[in-house]
Amino acid sequence: MQKYSIFNLVKNAFSNHDNWDLAWKDPTPKEEYDVVIIGGGGHGLATAYYLAKEHQITNVAIIEKGWIGGGNVGRNTTIIRSNYMHDDNALFSEFGMNLWRKMSQDLNYNVMFSPRGIINLAHSDAQMNVYARRGNSMRLNGIDAVLLNREEVREIIPMADFSDNVRFPIFGGLMQPSAGTARHDAVAWGYARQADSMGVDIIQNCEVTGFDVSAGKINGVRTSRGNIKAKKIGLCVAGSTNILAEKLNMTLPIETHLLQACVSEPVKPVLDKVVTFGAGHFYISQSDKGEMVMGGDLDGYNSYAQRGNLPTLQHVLTEGIAMMPFLSKLKMLRTWGGIMDMSMDGSPIIDKTHIEGLYLNCGWCYGGFKATPASGWTFAHTIAQDRVHELNSGYNLNRFSTGHLLDEKGLGTKTWIS
Amino acid sequence: MLHIKCPHCGMRSQNEFSYGGDASIKRPELGKEVSDQEWDNFVYNRKSLRGKHWELWQHISGCRQWIKVERDTATHEIFNTLKANEEIS
Repeated sequence: MQKYSIFNLVKNAFSNHDNWDLAWKDPTPKEEYDVVIIGGGGHGLATAYYLAKEHQITNVAIIEKGWIGGGNVGRNTTIIRSNYMHDDNALFSEFGMNLWRKMSQDLNYNVMFSPRGIINLAHSDAQMNVYARRGNSMRLNGIDAVLLNREEVREIIPMADFSDNVRFPIFGGLMQPSAGTARHDAVAWGYARQADSMGVDIIQNCEVTGFDVSAGKINGVRTSRGNIKAKKIGLCVAGSTNILAEKLNMTLPIETHLLQACVSEPVKPVLDKVVTFGAGHFYISQSDKGEMVMGGDLDGYNSYAQRGNLPTLQHVLTEGIAMMPFLSKLKMLRTWGGIMDMSMDGSPIIDKTHIEGLYLNCGWCYGGFKATPASGWTFAHTIAQDRVHELNSGYNLNRFSTGHLLDEKGLGTKTWIS
Repeated sequence: MLHIKCPHCGMRSQNEFSYGGDASIKRPELGKEVSDQEWDNFVYNRKSLRGKHWELWQHISGCRQWIKVERDTATHEIFNTLKANEEIS
């Protein structure tokens, strides 16, 4: 594989950049692999990469129904953070933060990681108390957290509404300075290119039609491009988890819902932090191109549509304008939607299943993108060693029947129903 | 924007309704011994079908009645609506 460097850039300039290697190949599926990963999104690509890199398992195929990076890894709002209160979430996410910090060097691909900081705004004394508690928990787990008062927030984001007559005045906020954003497509492409270079087959336009299971063991997968044998199969299909679970006669604590995002027309730099509204569900950052990147609530009813409806978008942007009134002057450039695997307690599942050799990675709700490296790393460990790693031991599937929910927000089951 | 035909009020916009999830889920019978698995299926486990899906909605800004709606989860086409006490056929 050609290394991406300034020297290679200059060298290839002399031949009009006609001689670059393909970033990844387009192989036809083999009859058998050691491991098959279903889903060529961020998590699937990262899993294959860490299987090869950390566990020297390179006879691996990634099967993708569409094209790699065409699902949620290309549809998210690129936010990376580890501002969680519960140990399981905090330690997992902070492990991921360390992978993010060195990802560009690790993958030899500029993922444009930008640790610009995230601020969760508080709009009441009670909310400030909750944030103080969460900030303290984060710091106990070695994660940076700063509690800001109203004036400190005003220093950082003066464009927010600090006038006297607002419905939800800003009391302060909780900031994680090391949080930030990254270029989401680059993450998919960087993992794909490195995985491919270590021998992983990336098989696109290949839809799973069924599974071969006998005597409680997985033997292979049936696809639109033929049957593929494998002793170990990992599911990383986010919003399509329920569709594949049905083919395996499994019913999971997951519902598939639609989440929208949108960007405004590009404007000059105005916002150098990720900011979330504390009196509703709205988040915003500014991309390197100058677009304001925004998102918020689910559409609210089960959906596989991958496109949203206007009432939710209107509701979300009303919150945005309440927080930062200047947004009302901007034109909308683009809106889109992705389908989320909403777990019943808001936390993910990375675990073995009752079928030997079948591994499950799902339930990422709103937070799949930031988890990409940690999810791939722990899922690769779970598949390679056939046992969960300490980092994903809290993300087990049986916590729903035993009652050990990982309920970060303390909202109970079906957290998206309003 | 969805348009849902409330069996009590007629065709109304989605904004008047709130969502209540899968309508085929039945609570385990009162007074009977309930296994963990049954309880798990009632509280957490969902098929989340792609395609036709019977679901509960509440006409919260209208008659405030719960209703059942058969909707396609991929196209959002609505095929049928029933009152809460009417059985899905």
